Amino acid sequence: MIKVENISIRAGEFALDDISLRVPAGKYGVLMGKTGSGKTTILESILGLRSVTSGRIRLADEDVTHLNPAVRGIGYVPQDGALFSRMSVRDHLAFALHIRHVDRKTTEERVRELADMLHITPLLERTPLGLSGGERQRVALGRALSFRPRVLCLDEPLSALDTDTRVQMCELLNDVRRLTGVTTLHVTHNLDEAERLADCLFRLTDGKIETKTNP
Amino acid sequence: MTSEPSAESAGQREYGRRRSLGSIKLSNATFYACLSIIGGTYVLLIIAMLLADATYMVDQTFKSAAKSPTPWQTALSENPIATAFADPKIRYSIWLSLVSCTLAAVISLIVAVPMGYLLSRHQFPGKRLLDAVLDIPIVLPPLVVGLSLLILFQFPPFAWFARSIVYQVPAVVIAQFSVACAFAVRTMKSTFDHIDPRCEKVAVTLGCSRAQAFGRVVLPEASRGMMTAFTLAWARALGEFGPLLIFAGATRMKTEVLSTSVFLEMNVGNIEGAVAVSLIMVAAAILVLIVTRVWGVRDVTL
Repeated sequence: MIKVENISIRAGEFALDDISLRVPAGKYGVLMGKTGSGKTTILESILGLRSVTSGRIRLADEDVTHLNPAVRGIGYVPQDGALFSRMSVRDHLAFALHIRHVDRKTTEERVRELADMLHITPLLERTPLGLSGGERQRVALGRALSFRPRVLCLDEPLSALDTDTRVQMCELLNDVRRLTGVTTLHVTHNLDEAERLADCLFRLTDGKIETKTNP
Repeated sequence: MTSEPSAESAGQREYGRRRSLGSIKLSNATFYACLSIIGGTYVLLIIAMLLADATYMVDQTFKSAAKSPTPWQTALSENPIATAFADPKIRYSIWLSLVSCTLAAVISLIVAVPMGYLLSRHQFPGKRLLDAVLDIPIVLPPLVVGLSLLILFQFPPFAWFARSIVYQVPAVVIAQFSVACAFAVRTMKSTFDHIDPRCEKVAVTLGCSRAQAFGRVVLPEASRGMMTAFTLAWARALGEFGPLLIFAGATRMKTEVLSTSVFLEMNVGNIEGAVAVSLIMVAAAILVLIVTRVWGVRDVTL
């Protein structure tokens, strides 16, 4: 479960107040809003990359409001992927597991499993250079899911893709949700994406959130 | 087909007159010709300078060879570059240059990486001031840097070490470092500026500490910039002269580096010797350029 309770965020001149939203466990939440409305800011607060001035953030009933982002256990897919240009696709999928001291055998199995789920097995030895937009996003998704997070945060993951690839990626995201049961918050400004994916839809307009469950 | 009136059907007239194709083409050609000529002049100047050095050298070699009974042998063994290499003073100066420049560049890089990262990623009070301070070695006249170092070593705690540093070999490295480092910091800052900060954010959410994110994600991405910073610092150190003359002196077989050799040879009227040493420096500079480019190209195609 992702539960944001009345948080306020200050970022220079920009401010958001009294923001609340709730994505039930295993559900897919989509947060919509115009460019510059503060969607990414809210996502970064949940991830712990930006501190909140008041309010609470709970993940599966654990209060993480002031927890270091490294120990929140959230998978994060940023815009355009932000892949590590010096690492192979395999290294991307294994990165979090190395950091968490997972043994070699389990890591290899997990990498195989992820590559299989995301259809990137043929890409494992390649570096991000020369991957297509859809491939990059699948690698970024695999990296985020690698350590089996309870919560997944996606920041406009499909905005740079063409329409066909976007439809494919939506299907893949639906598969991922079905297979992993991860609670997801997906930020986008694309209504089509929202309709394909959302269990609960949040619309951010003028600093206020409007919730629509099961659109 | 729409039923709305279009600009074509309404018979609207364009304002003004279109320029003739010929005049646009002529104007474009003139524009690029001007760009090429202005830019080309500078490139020609650079190449002409190096060619002049080389020609002068060849000329001198032939002049002395013509007087000798065995011209080819003389040309090979007694040309100014061979003479320079045979001179133990010059050999020492080459050796000291290589060692001191490498040391200065390594220390510069060690300082520049953390400094560049802090400047690129973090906001802190006094950042603008720090940024301005880092420009001082770049804009300050080199002689003033040397004099300032000399004066600095009059005061404790520096004065305690003055005997083993000032006019000694360490002074060479310190003088080179104090200027070269500023260039390395600038290079590293711009390198880190070009690395997407979201890479570190992702690394942190995956469970990395700040240091792990820096070491495992940022540094590998910055390796090319580090190579550039190192090269730039090395080349800068090789050309350093003013601060060296004042802070380290120009003692033969002690604090003499290649730029000092050029100066000393010129002073005693040995222009051939000075040009020969200059050519050695040109060769070193070109070698550094080639090494960086080769390394860089392999890097890109990775």
